[in-house]
Amino acid sequence: MAELRELYQQVILDHNKNPRHHRRLTDPSHSADGHNPLCGDRIHLDVKVDGGVIREIGFEGSGCAISTASASLMTSSVVGKTTAEAERLFDAFHAMVTDPAGPVDPTSLGKLAVFAGVRGFPARVKCANLPWHTLHSALSSEKGRASTE
Amino acid sequence: MTAGPRSPSRPAKGAPFDVERVRADFPLLSQKVAGGRPLVYLDNAATTQKPRQVIEAIARFYSEDNANIHRGVYDLCERATRLYEGARTTAQRFVGAADAREIVFVRGTTEGINLVAQSFCLPRLGAGDEVLVSAIEHHSNIVPWQLVCEARGARLRVIPMNARGELELDGLEALLGPRTRMLAVTHVSNALGTVTPVKEIVARAHARGVPVLVDGAQGAPHLAVAVRDLGCDFYTVSGHKVFGPTGVGFVYGRLEHLEAMPPYQGGGDMIRSVTFEHTTFAAPPARFEAGTPNIGGAIGLAASLEYLMRLDWDAVTTHEAELLAHATEALSGIPGLHIIGTAAEKVGVVSFVLDGAHAHDIGTIVDEDGVALRTGHHCAQPVMDALGVPATARASFAFYNTHAEVEALAAAVARVREVLG
Repeated sequence: MAELRELYQQVILDHNKNPRHHRRLTDPSHSADGHNPLCGDRIHLDVKVDGGVIREIGFEGSGCAISTASASLMTSSVVGKTTAEAERLFDAFHAMVTDPAGPVDPTSLGKLAVFAGVRGFPARVKCANLPWHTLHSALSSEKGRASTE
Repeated sequence: MTAGPRSPSRPAKGAPFDVERVRADFPLLSQKVAGGRPLVYLDNAATTQKPRQVIEAIARFYSEDNANIHRGVYDLCERATRLYEGARTTAQRFVGAADAREIVFVRGTTEGINLVAQSFCLPRLGAGDEVLVSAIEHHSNIVPWQLVCEARGARLRVIPMNARGELELDGLEALLGPRTRMLAVTHVSNALGTVTPVKEIVARAHARGVPVLVDGAQGAPHLAVAVRDLGCDFYTVSGHKVFGPTGVGFVYGRLEHLEAMPPYQGGGDMIRSVTFEHTTFAAPPARFEAGTPNIGGAIGLAASLEYLMRLDWDAVTTHEAELLAHATEALSGIPGLHIIGTAAEKVGVVSFVLDGAHAHDIGTIVDEDGVALRTGHHCAQPVMDALGVPATARASFAFYNTHAEVEALAAAVARVREVLG
């Protein structure tokens, strides 16, 4: 079995306890709700896109340490990026957490590389991915709904 | 609790429960998990482990006795048929039914409830009629009734629960109105461990002419089941929750009901005669067992029921109550831990939340210590919503669990907040 401390890294624990961008936006251009029906995790995501760039982002919800930290680090990573860059980051993140043998590229993933430990815990991959699916859903439509199922 | 049909075959009374002797019957329980720690299996409400008597019965059937049942004239077929019908008689004894024809083999409790909803309830249901369930039901005792209600424009109504997770029966008479056509209630809550006063509910429903289905998925592993004493019209059992195989279970149904019910599924083995113009159906239980049934599963299930009926249930009940009391006390001592579901009548289920730790993280962290817990909504989202928790961690005990395992659970849970920092 994988090591617990590889999953619960200090950065993840810190973002769980003090999540960044943990708020609703007053005038989002895009929003979505994400839900993991298996564990009951829920997230609401607001995004303000202007000129193809994510200017502001905020999330609320109830979730485990992994999904909360993932939402916090995701929002920190995509703010200021174009929507296309955010989608590419999702692809890289998704590939990292789902492919046990895949390389972890810290240059493209930055701080998000701390989630490499999730690969050792297949039951928790959906927790890490939920905020990203929700972001994808928000950017794809104005009233989105994402589910891990 | 009612003294049931498990009593006659008990061994010497009054002897303390020898848990180590019982554990020796369950090969899976002796395994070591990561780090060389012993497995602490506390997810018995999800599924139970199987004694070698069950594993051997299934292996023996496929090694020596396998044939399709009922139609062949050769000896092997008759042997397989005898074993399958013998399993029905064992199930009859297990629940104390009057007649083996009152036992219908199905895939499990879920299919059993769907069978009763579709074949018994739906034809009696009209627009504006009502079906009554309780607030502590598993999804599988909600959704099948919702489906038939939606099909007929009927309404699903709910017996409420209190903050301890007990059913509030004060308003039951008011809920049992002239339009109530069915009441479905669990014997034991899977999420909270609450034991419902089934006998009283049945008596009050019957006084209003309302038939009752009891979901026995969680009751049968812990309580003596005596369907004639409970008085219920239907009782459902899942094989894998009573130390038998997955994919098999049974419905007890009163013969007069089964005889009046139309088939659930069409196919072979459930007919009397078939032409392209008209088919006449077999009598129960064959009417409800279309196609080749799970023969090996039924035989394995019978082996598990025989195993249970050989146990000393006074000793088992005492042991399980002591495990519950020990776990409740040990977990309550952990700072920030709150037990969800504190009914006066409970079986060995302890659902809990921990401040600052989501159930999912608790499950992952205690797994490192070899402790297998269930986390989530336990297929009882209405229970979670009513109690205002998104998810809980749940330890559920069987008679093969030990006090050392309770200590391991408490130690592992105590470490959770340390790991989460």
